[in-house]
Amino acid sequence: MTVFLWLPVLVPTVLGAIIAWRHSDAFARFVPLVVALVILACGIALVAKGQVVTSSVLRADATSSYVLLCVGAVAVVALWGGLSAQSLDVRSDALICAFLAAMSLAVLSDNLGVMWVAIEATTIATAFLVGHAGTRGATEAAWKYVVLGSVGVAIAFLGIVLVYASSRASGAPTLSWVALTSGGISLSPHLARAGVALAVLGFATKAGLAPMHSWLPDAHSQAPAPVSGLMSGVLLSVAMYAILRVQAVGAAHIGVGLVHGMLLTFGLLSLAVAALLTLTQRDYKRLLAYSSIEHMGIIALGVGSGTSLGLMAALLHMLGHGVVKAAMFVVAGRVLNVTGSSRIASVTGLLKRRPDLGWPFLVGSAALLGFPPFVTFFTEVAILVALTEAGLWWAAGAAALLLLVTFIGIARQVLSMALGAPDLHPESGDHALVADRPSRFRTAPVAIALLSGAAISFLALVFVPVLGAAAAALGVSR
Amino acid sequence: MNASLTSSLVTTAVGVLLLTAVLQTWRRSAAGSVRLLVIQGLALATLVAALGASRGDVQLLVVAGVVALVKAGLLPWALGRTATGRLVERDSAVRPAIGLLGATVLTMFAYAVSDPLRGGDQSAAARAIPAGMALVLIGFWILLTRHSAVSQLVGFVVLDNGIAMVAFLTSDGLPLTVELGATLDVLLVVVILRTLTTRMRNTHGSTSVDDLTELRD
Repeated sequence: MTVFLWLPVLVPTVLGAIIAWRHSDAFARFVPLVVALVILACGIALVAKGQVVTSSVLRADATSSYVLLCVGAVAVVALWGGLSAQSLDVRSDALICAFLAAMSLAVLSDNLGVMWVAIEATTIATAFLVGHAGTRGATEAAWKYVVLGSVGVAIAFLGIVLVYASSRASGAPTLSWVALTSGGISLSPHLARAGVALAVLGFATKAGLAPMHSWLPDAHSQAPAPVSGLMSGVLLSVAMYAILRVQAVGAAHIGVGLVHGMLLTFGLLSLAVAALLTLTQRDYKRLLAYSSIEHMGIIALGVGSGTSLGLMAALLHMLGHGVVKAAMFVVAGRVLNVTGSSRIASVTGLLKRRPDLGWPFLVGSAALLGFPPFVTFFTEVAILVALTEAGLWWAAGAAALLLLVTFIGIARQVLSMALGAPDLHPESGDHALVADRPSRFRTAPVAIALLSGAAISFLALVFVPVLGAAAAALGVSR
Repeated sequence: MNASLTSSLVTTAVGVLLLTAVLQTWRRSAAGSVRLLVIQGLALATLVAALGASRGDVQLLVVAGVVALVKAGLLPWALGRTATGRLVERDSAVRPAIGLLGATVLTMFAYAVSDPLRGGDQSAAARAIPAGMALVLIGFWILLTRHSAVSQLVGFVVLDNGIAMVAFLTSDGLPLTVELGATLDVLLVVVILRTLTTRMRNTHGSTSVDDLTELRD
């Protein structure tokens, strides 16, 4: 079984190095997709096995196996959908491989320090992907992303340093997550408290939670479509995974109140920011980015509820949101190709003009807004229920209200794009960046993603055991 | 190495680290900022070497070499290639005096709140932990008050030096793999930001963060 631990890290590293070195286009285009499929397969294998697998510094328990599966699924959707005429250059393909290798390492390492190094490495791998267009906007987005991302993650590093220092009290300092949560060692409480709080704050920056979210809309709107999908579905989720690991350390030593209070605050603030800025949004890629902040807020609330229902729903929401959002960014990227503008006002009549793009865009938006039968509906309800059960009815009420506002904001914008007469802006066709014709090969991943977004709801019984095991691995069994 | 020598080496290194950080808030020229970073990197390496020698820890001495190479050599070199000439006009949002005052207040604040982190340890190393926190806060202060890309990079490096100081003073540094990985990450981040600075100069015609106003809601 240990092969499934090493493949997700080694395959992208080796293949990425090969394409960076060979510089041949024909082969390189498909490499990121192959890598994503390997990661997805390993994730499924580890989840199906359902046991803890350990090999040197790598370790997979139910939580990491499940998140690896999420990473693989989102990456397949984003990269398959992103295979297009306007392909990224070889350097970008190699950087995507490096990004996936780092994400796999972050999820599969048993060491908080190695996890930190891997998450910081993703900032490095994605910096030039965000700035890929080379325009003023792209350069600005890349600068803000790297500065805020690195400073945020540096705070997390300070937190991890303090956690490590706090474990000196037990004689053998360690960063091994298993050792830190096993209860076999004692941490000095002051240091551990400061360390856990700083680590959660730092990783929350990377997870795009408000009020540290300001890099996210810029980066997501400027990056090429598949990269936006990867950042939204993979990067944010893995940062959230890091928060889960840190909060488990906190839970084992200093209680959960501090971390859960932070997550509830960040979650509600994220929902508020998303609600305010989707109402007045004029750019549809930024609209999707604010929707990501909203969904990260929902996940933070689920974890912050402190119940096992909330945590399981948050983990399921991570998968549902990730695949749907990756598909949505792919569709948005193609709409941009067709219309040449990312302004909401310059896109109308998408359903009539390009039904192959309009319908997925409309259906995907419904999934993001939490319509049944999509899994996001059930997980959002479950998280609200979990909050109420935990006695946090005020948080549940505020969240429901903010979700409603966001719903109105996004629905209004998306309907104005999908409906209307297609010939309102006849000139917009002239701005097309690249020829983009309907193609089954490129519609397929979007369709698969949206279908699985709905199917997961009905397959929930399949997921319940692994989600339960994941919650138990994080020390939440209430 | 005898205890009093270690103690005075640690104290001196910490003093230099703190002084160079405070001076950064006051410096106007890019080349001067980078020279201060070199001194700061050497002081950090000295601190690590002193701790390593006092404990007879060979691994820590190796780390000291790496710190000297990266923090006093590669990082300032990468920065210095961008930092030619003067910083942009009106680099700082605050007057130099306010900048210095801010750094002073932050240092006092760090000393006031860092006491619990020492855990009653009275060694020279433990007594210096608040200085590390002060460096972290001063790094933030520079990031907040400076507007040129190079100054922001300097702030980031000062912040990172502070974190490294805390790591070495509280627990003799992290495990070697993590330490090396983190050092490499920071180096790459600085190289990337340097490249972006060059690109910013090409696309925006300046390297002032104030000119980054294209993206807004």
